[in-house]
Amino acid sequence: MGQPASVLAKKAGEFMNWIDERLPVTSFYNEHLAKYYAPKNFNFWYYMGSLALLALVIQIVTGIFLTMHYKPSADQAFASVEYIMRDVEWGWLIRYMHSTGASLFFIVVYLHMFRALLYGSHRKPRELLWVLGVLIYLALMAEAFMGYVLPWGQMSYWGAQVIINLFGAIPSIGEPLTEWIRGDYFLSDATLNRFFALHVIAIPLALLVLVVLHLAALHQTGSNNPDGIEIKKLKGQDGVPLDGIPFHPYYTVKDIFGVAVFLLIMAFIIFFWPEAGGLFLEHDNFVPADPMVTPTHIKPVWYFTPFYAILKAVPDKLMGVMLMGASVVILFFVPWLDRSPVKSIRYRAMQYKVTLGLFSVAFVRLGMLGMAEGTPAQTWEMRIWTFVYFAFFILLFFLSPRERTKPVPERVTH
Amino acid sequence: MKNILVLLGVAICVLGFAVPAKASGGAEHIEHAGVNTRDVAAAQRGAKWFINYCFSCHSAKYMRYKRLSEDLDLSEEMVMQNLVFSDAKIGETMEIAMQPGQAELWLGTLPPDLSLIARSRGVDWLYSYLKNFYQDEKGGWNNLNLPNAAMPHVLWQLQGIQEPVYTTQGGVQTVDHLVLAQPGLQSPEEYEKTVRDLVTFLDYLSEPAKLKRKNLGIWVMLFLTVFAGLTYALKVEYWRDVR
Repeated sequence: MGQPASVLAKKAGEFMNWIDERLPVTSFYNEHLAKYYAPKNFNFWYYMGSLALLALVIQIVTGIFLTMHYKPSADQAFASVEYIMRDVEWGWLIRYMHSTGASLFFIVVYLHMFRALLYGSHRKPRELLWVLGVLIYLALMAEAFMGYVLPWGQMSYWGAQVIINLFGAIPSIGEPLTEWIRGDYFLSDATLNRFFALHVIAIPLALLVLVVLHLAALHQTGSNNPDGIEIKKLKGQDGVPLDGIPFHPYYTVKDIFGVAVFLLIMAFIIFFWPEAGGLFLEHDNFVPADPMVTPTHIKPVWYFTPFYAILKAVPDKLMGVMLMGASVVILFFVPWLDRSPVKSIRYRAMQYKVTLGLFSVAFVRLGMLGMAEGTPAQTWEMRIWTFVYFAFFILLFFLSPRERTKPVPERVTH
Repeated sequence: MKNILVLLGVAICVLGFAVPAKASGGAEHIEHAGVNTRDVAAAQRGAKWFINYCFSCHSAKYMRYKRLSEDLDLSEEMVMQNLVFSDAKIGETMEIAMQPGQAELWLGTLPPDLSLIARSRGVDWLYSYLKNFYQDEKGGWNNLNLPNAAMPHVLWQLQGIQEPVYTTQGGVQTVDHLVLAQPGLQSPEEYEKTVRDLVTFLDYLSEPAKLKRKNLGIWVMLFLTVFAGLTYALKVEYWRDVR
């Protein structure tokens, strides 16, 4: 007579076999978790990928509950948001999770992108991984922009007005294009309604597809690491990379700790600082949209202000729009602009450390200037930092091939 | 570790510098309101001032009377007797009888709804605004924080009448400060308290969930701190076998 436990184990095994013959659960689990080998030297920066995924899930789940009470109509949108804040059970919490989540999503994504620049994660063979990432970033910008219009406050209205009018700078097709986007001669109920449709279904769907592709590309090449070494080059007799550890359980438990810290920060903002001093929820957006009253100071939300500053730095509207577009589009080409013999900043020359540092300062400073009132002195400062922003990419292209790099070790370091 | 320090440095710089301006209005002459959200008694007194002095012209259309009674420890009878002067029922929102068309005809402009005024203007601005009305040479009401404000000084009987003291810099005459020319029913200290109570109520009115949010937040933060500690211990335990 067999032991009851072993009988149960046998039954469970048979059940899994039955499933696996029909759906590749076990092989998928092994391929992407239990036998997916990640470098063992991930540091702080490597939390951002899983946190971005968490942020996406939070936005989708809270968004579903918000759509149950939100009314996408110019007459009712603002009031329905206040209804959520006051009359819907826990509505305020769901709304703050969504508004805080949006800003934290951008913080996490910016750090995630910066990590790639630090360790050369966009370099061969991960160019498509990076390109898909930039596409995700573009979709995220569209998603955030349209989401910000939905509360139909003064900043929603006038911010959208300014951004949509940028398309009007395009010669000959500009004006009809803005009308096509708005679905009206001015920003109106029709615009709000279509932005709602795009925000709750079209773009989230595109985002999910892009995220799946991003992960597929990641698992095809395997993760880069802070040393910029390909761990697949050195494998043990069992075929496992010497510097690799199974993603599950090692990185799942580590990422859960990252999740806990992220939620701690998020909870602090939600419960004690939901407006974040006017950065996450702007003061002017607590005034209902009024097409007849232009606010004295129109500015986009903080995550767009670096690009807004580049736009404002240029006196000519069309040139400004083109330069702003270029500042985002140039990101697609980074894998080919960077021609350094090594990937990681740890083994790169001082020139890269300095230019990347200046680039980061330029990005942050442009973000701050983009939300300022815009004095002539600030405009000149924007021009300087815009120059620094683009100089980073140009210098990268010309200086990186002949960079004096340090020797890269065979194995990852701690 | 070095990376994290750099990151923190950048974060502090960003948060330190980025103080976006509140909605339009004079940035000068703003005083700290010293509003305590937890002071329910102040919010109760403020509600009374609000009903008596603001509510005839300004609505609070996103707020329900019932919510007032729940959050401010007032019985429904007390709310109905002391705060509701129309035929509104306890579950209804705080609308006013005056229609927008009438308002424009009688007052020249539509007094804004005050449900969210503390969130768009900020409590410090409101506190200063209500203290900084003065009578100019033409005998009309004016305000340091909102020059040529359409609103007259509704609380003048309480505060009294202030007059401006001018200063001239570079040929431009500006108001330096205000002096009390004619005392009101309340002393300046009493009036400050009245305004603080009123602003406390407006602050509550702009976000009724505020009290609950902060109380709950402490528990959520405590839970997440413990959770973070446990997950860290779990991570350390698993990672023992990684050389």
